Amino acid sequence: MGDPINLIGDWLRNLMTGWGLPENLATFILTVMGVVVMASFLLILDIALVWLERKVVARFQDRIGPNRLGPFGIIQPFADIIKLLIKEDITPQGADRIIYNIAPLFALATVLMMWAVIPFAPTILGADVNVAVLYIVATGAVGTLGVIMAGWASNNKYALLGAFRTVAQMVSYEVPMVIALLIPVLLARSMGLQAIVDAQQPWFILVAPLAAAIFLVTSIAELGRAPFDINEAESEIVAGFHIEYTGMKFGLFYAGELLHALTVSALVATLFLGGWRGPFVDQVPILGVFYLFVKAFLIYYVIMWIRYSFPRLRIDQMLGFSWKFLTPLALVLLILTAILDKAMEGATPLVYTLVMLGMNILLVWATVQVLRTYARVERRRVAERRPVATATEADFKELIGQE
Amino acid sequence: MSVYQIVFLITAVVTLGAAVMVVSARSLVHSALWLILALFGVAVTFALLSAPFFTVVQVVIYIGAISILMIFAIMLTRRVMQDTGPGVNQGWWMALLLSFLLFGGLAWMLSTWEGFGTALPALPEGVDQVKALGVALVSPNAYVLPFEVASVLLLAALIGSIVVAWEKK
Amino acid sequence: MVTLSYYLIFAAALFCIGMYGVLARKNAVAILMGIELMLNAVIVNVLAFWRFRTPDQIAGQAFAVMVYAVAAAEVAVGLALFISIYRRRNTVAADEIDLLKW
Repeated sequence: MGDPINLIGDWLRNLMTGWGLPENLATFILTVMGVVVMASFLLILDIALVWLERKVVARFQDRIGPNRLGPFGIIQPFADIIKLLIKEDITPQGADRIIYNIAPLFALATVLMMWAVIPFAPTILGADVNVAVLYIVATGAVGTLGVIMAGWASNNKYALLGAFRTVAQMVSYEVPMVIALLIPVLLARSMGLQAIVDAQQPWFILVAPLAAAIFLVTSIAELGRAPFDINEAESEIVAGFHIEYTGMKFGLFYAGELLHALTVSALVATLFLGGWRGPFVDQVPILGVFYLFVKAFLIYYVIMWIRYSFPRLRIDQMLGFSWKFLTPLALVLLILTAILDKAMEGATPLVYTLVMLGMNILLVWATVQVLRTYARVERRRVAERRPVATATEADFKELIGQE
Repeated sequence: MSVYQIVFLITAVVTLGAAVMVVSARSLVHSALWLILALFGVAVTFALLSAPFFTVVQVVIYIGAISILMIFAIMLTRRVMQDTGPGVNQGWWMALLLSFLLFGGLAWMLSTWEGFGTALPALPEGVDQVKALGVALVSPNAYVLPFEVASVLLLAALIGSIVVAWEKK
Repeated sequence: MVTLSYYLIFAAALFCIGMYGVLARKNAVAILMGIELMLNAVIVNVLAFWRFRTPDQIAGQAFAVMVYAVAAAEVAVGLALFISIYRRRNTVAADEIDLLKW
C-alpha cells in the first residue's frame, strides 16, 4: 500500500489491456505518460527553484528578497516567466538560424534526460540501466555541445570567446569528475544507480568523503556556477555565450542551469548520501521520494552557499586547479581505495568503513602538507627583492637640463 | 514489419543521410554538426545491437570529446574574410565513382558469404556484459595486453599532440 | 526480421560515404571527419559480427574498445598537426600543403 505510483501504473495497464490494446502498446503508452509526468514535475519544480534562489541569495546578502507578489514573494517567478514570454524574440543578423534556435533546447533537454536514471524509491525508477553512471557523464557531455552551438551561432565575438572558455572549463573538469565517480562504482561493484543505492549500508559519504567533495566541486565547475562562473562573468564579458539570447530562449538557459544544479544535488544524494534510504522506506516506498528530495535540497543549499561566499576564479587558476590539483588527487584516491578495498576483502562493514575513512583523512592531511610546502616556496619566490627602477636626484637634474 | 525493423530502418536512414550531409555541406561547422547527428545515429545502432555500454561510450567519447575537439579546430583554423570556395577538389567525380564501386563490391562479396543472413541469436543468460567486458580487459589470459598497449598509445598521443601544438615563444 | 545483412550493408555504406569524404574534400578537418565516419563503420561492423555470430564470447567487444582508443588518439594528434600547420602556412586546405611534392 505504500507505493501509489506503481499501483496507478498497474491499474492503467489493466485498464488498457481490458480495452483490447496489445501489451507492448500499453507499456509504451505508460512509459510516455511517465515521461510527461516526470518532465512536468521537474519543470514546475524549476519555477520553485527560481524563487528559492532569489530568497536565499537575499538572505545571504542580508536583505529580504522578493516579498511583494504574494506571501513571501511566491508569485514572483510567475511574473518573471510572463516577462520573459512577452519579450521580443530576436535572432541576430548573420546568425545561423537553426542552430541558434536549437541550442537552448540542448541545454534543457540533456538536464531532463539525466533524471531518467535517478532512483526515487526501491520500486520507482525511470530506466534501470546498468551503465547509468556513464549515461550521466554522456548527457553532461552533450550539454557542453549546446553551449558551443549557442556561442558560435550568435555571430558575436564575445559569445564565441565565452563559449570557448566555458567548454575548456567543462572538459577540464570532466576528468576529475569521472575519476571521482568511479569510486562509488568501485565500492558498489556496479554502474547502475539502483545498485549503488542498494549497496550503501553505511552511506558512501562516510566511506569516501573525499570522493564526495571532489565530485561536488567538479560538478559545480561543470555547472558553470560561481566560483567557476568565468563564462557568465557579468562584469567581464557580459553574460558570455548567451549574450545574444532574449526572452524565453534565455529563460531556457537560465532554467536549465538551475535544474542542472538540482540534478547534481540529487546525484550527490544518490551516490554518496544513500539516495532514497531512510527509516521505514521498505514498508512505505513512497517515503523514498521524500528522503531523496530532502537530501537533494540540502546539497542544493550547500551549492548556493558556496556560490555566494567565494570570489570568482580566473580562467588560468581554474584550469590549473583542475589539472594540477584535482586530477592527481582523484587518481591517488582511486588507487588507494582500490588497494584497500581488495586488502579488506572479508572485513566487517564497521572495520571497512573506519579504515576507508582513515585513509581519506590521511590523504587530506598529506595533501594539505604538500600544499603548505608549495605555498611556502611560492611565497618565498614572490617575496624576494627585485630591482625597481628609480631615478636619483642627479638624473632628474640632467633630464631638465640643469648643471 | 516488426518494430525492430522499423526502428533500424529509421536509424539507418537518418545516419546515412547525416553522413552524406557531412561530406557535402559547404560550411565546415555545418559539417561538424551533421557529423554529431551521424554519431548519435551510430550510438542508437549500438543500442539496437544490445550493447548499451557502447552506446554511452560512443556518446561520451565521440560526441562529448572528439566532436568538440573538431569544432575547436575548425574555429581556430578558419581564414577570416574569405570565401571558402567549393569544398571538393578537382577529382571528386573519381572519388564518387570509386565509392560506389567499393560499396557494390563489398555488398556483392558479402552476399556470397554463407553467413550473410544469420538471424539474431539470443544473448547468453545471466551474463552481465559490462562486467564480463571489464573482467576480460584486465585478466591475464584475456585481453590485458592489448588494453595496456592501448593505454600506452593514448599516452603517446597525449604527449605527442601537446608537443606538436606547442607554441615556441 | 533483422538479419546480419542489414547491419553489414549499413556499415559498408557508411564506410564508403566516409571514403568519399576523405578522397574528395579539400579541407583537412573535413578529411578527418571522413576518417571518423569510416572508423564508426568499422565499430558497427565489429559489434554486428559479435552480436550475430559469437554473442557468448567477449572478444568482439574488446576489439571495439581498442578501435575507440585508436580513433581518439588519431583525432588528437591529427588536430594538433592541423593547428600547427595552420600557424606556419595559414592554410589547412590539403592541396595547398604541398612543400614535399615533386
